[in-house]
Amino acid sequence: MNSLDKIKPGEHAVISKLNISGNMRRRLLDIGLIENTEVECVGKSPAGDPLAFLIRGAVIAIRSEDCCGITVRPCKAGG
Amino acid sequence: MGLTKNSVGIKAVDGGLVIQKENGNERVVALAGNPNVGKSTVFNALTGMNQHTGNWPGKTVSNAQGYCKTENNSYILVDIPGTYSLMAHSAEEEVARNFICFGEPDAVVVVCDATCLERNLNLVIQTVEICKNTVVCVNLLDEARRKGIKLDLKKLSERLGVPVVGTVAQKKKTLTELMKTLDKVPLNTSDNAIRVRYPDIIEEAVGIIEDALNGMDCTQLDKRWLSLKLLENDPQLEAQLKLYLGSDFLDNGALKAATVKATQKLQLCGVRGDKLKDMIVSSIVLTAEKICNGVVTYAESGYRSADRKIDRVLTSRWGGYPVMLLLMAFIFWLTISGANYPSELLSKGLFAVQDMLSDLFMKLGAPEWLHGALVMGVYRVLAWVVSVMLPPMAIFFPLFTLLEDSGYLPRVAYNLDRPFKRCCACGKQALTMCMGFGCNAAGVVGCRIIDSPRERLLAILTNSFVPCNGRFPTIITVIAMFFVGSAAGVFSSVLSAVLLTAVIVLGILMTFLSTKLLSKTVLKGVPSSFTLELPPYRKPQIGKVIVRSVFDRTLFVLGRAAAVAAPAGLIIWLAANITVGESSILQHCANFLDPFARLMGLDGVILIAFILGFPANEIVVPIIIMAYTANGSLTELPGIFVMKNLLEANGWTWITAICFLIFCLMHWPCSTTLITIKKETGSLKWTALAAVLPTVFGIVLCILFNLTAKMFL
Repeated sequence: MNSLDKIKPGEHAVISKLNISGNMRRRLLDIGLIENTEVECVGKSPAGDPLAFLIRGAVIAIRSEDCCGITVRPCKAGG
Repeated sequence: MGLTKNSVGIKAVDGGLVIQKENGNERVVALAGNPNVGKSTVFNALTGMNQHTGNWPGKTVSNAQGYCKTENNSYILVDIPGTYSLMAHSAEEEVARNFICFGEPDAVVVVCDATCLERNLNLVIQTVEICKNTVVCVNLLDEARRKGIKLDLKKLSERLGVPVVGTVAQKKKTLTELMKTLDKVPLNTSDNAIRVRYPDIIEEAVGIIEDALNGMDCTQLDKRWLSLKLLENDPQLEAQLKLYLGSDFLDNGALKAATVKATQKLQLCGVRGDKLKDMIVSSIVLTAEKICNGVVTYAESGYRSADRKIDRVLTSRWGGYPVMLLLMAFIFWLTISGANYPSELLSKGLFAVQDMLSDLFMKLGAPEWLHGALVMGVYRVLAWVVSVMLPPMAIFFPLFTLLEDSGYLPRVAYNLDRPFKRCCACGKQALTMCMGFGCNAAGVVGCRIIDSPRERLLAILTNSFVPCNGRFPTIITVIAMFFVGSAAGVFSSVLSAVLLTAVIVLGILMTFLSTKLLSKTVLKGVPSSFTLELPPYRKPQIGKVIVRSVFDRTLFVLGRAAAVAAPAGLIIWLAANITVGESSILQHCANFLDPFARLMGLDGVILIAFILGFPANEIVVPIIIMAYTANGSLTELPGIFVMKNLLEANGWTWITAICFLIFCLMHWPCSTTLITIKKETGSLKWTALAAVLPTVFGIVLCILFNLTAKMFL
């Protein structure tokens, strides 16, 4: 088990659980970040934070401290 | 920089939405959609209006309405803020949801991004739950085609049970189809519209409440949707329901009992709190995923690689910040070097006209005071404003719009999020800061894209630390006069651009500093979470951008400046020429302020010019010139070197020039901005702070610089 902030640019992962509550949780759900969604990290901001992820066809930036609350697992296909 | 004639100036003060029907027969159509899907482009193409468009999320911050006709019907289109969802987590979502639910639109058009359909369907499905008269408009088909994404719109329509139209908003022909579909809509109301199948336990609970609602009058509201929302127990929605259906609707005994029973049932199965909302959202997202399966096919997998490559440069660790600075300096350089010659030409032309006007007044035998007031007062200030402001604006605005349309601005927010977070603020403040370059009032309104109220206030209070277009020309002129005057050719314009960039960077640093200061004192708090979409890069439509920015922004902003400058010119001329005792009124005031102004490295005239420039910063320099010339006599053309001589004759040195630049960057915001701040914050206290904060910064910095500089000289 890993959290989303550990995913490096170019790596893929699958969301297993959102340990975030309140507004941020709903926002993440709205953009389609539900359990079993595959995401790809596509970049880092010059200052190292936030991170950019490809989520359901859109690139979304999320701060690493928020990523800490998102548990992920490796993709099945090893991608 | 949400700058159109409706978003800058006094019109930036948004008055909320009142649907204005022209003859009462129009159909009201809401235009919904995710942020940044070309919704405003569709709106503009249909209504012929000029709602601001740009490739970044959240630029429509309030409802706008426009009119449009087909052969059979007239329509009122309402452009509601772009949202990902109608669950009303933010102010914009609440506006959007309330309009779809309670604005009684005859139909809702949900504009979708063809390149990112699945995520967009989330909103489509939620909209269909509320309003069956929904039309899906799949926009940006051309982008999708370029990226090798194929869409089966017929299949999509079958699966959603509502009409689907594919469009390329820039091509008006594709929109005709959309309007034809809208003409048919109320006839088409069918029960085919998709119903999300929720987990059994939720379906059961919904059923219990729906049974109770069946005996009640809910007007247009969908009962299944209403049941679901009552389960969610959302106090904001309940307040709206009370307004809409009457305060006793929710007090109905049977309904209350049913809601309690349904909630208990859910709780027995362990569904409580966040869990219920999670299950609802997940069901919708999964439904969207299922619908897309087979509707969207990708011809090639690498369709995003070009964007990623650009991002790798523009947001890279080493390149991100330098590219940002270079890009800014480059835009300034183009503006300065491009504006130089036309400015000179305009100035010569307009002052030749001044001489002709003078001659005319002489011939007609007009009294000297009339000639002075109208020609030397009104006309000269106007001529100054036009010749100095028009060329740089006509170059700067299109360039900035190109940048905006390309999708670079969200990357700026992405790059600057970390520094803003250090100041306990939000990266989206970078977007509102960029809007401030155009017009601080527009920037303040734009702060609505920031969700956290504390961070939004931070952004509002610090917005005027970046110079708006009213201050740009002033800064450019002073830089040109005092710091690059002797240099020649390309070198001089490069030097100007570098210095201007330095001034802007100072403004940005002060934004950070003041933001930090505020969040450590009156606006204490920790940075909230945020998500920011980085939209795909799009090729801006260069021709359209130029036309739009010249007519929409440049001429409008110029008009505003001129409207203020003309009467101000008259008043200032009078103040400079009516004498009380030994000197003019203006001189009296200037003398009064002089000691303090000297401490700041300025003089009384400059300070009074800033005070009189309160309605519009553009007229600060004309006031200074007029005050100086009222004493002496300046008859030649006020070319840049003549002006420099005049200023130097009145005691300006490079220290005065730098203090002037500092104070120009940091003093009270203009009256329009302050009115907007009052409107946005609803508080005189914050408005006052927004005026005091930059002023104190400016005064302190000026004094510090002045004293330090003089110590070493």
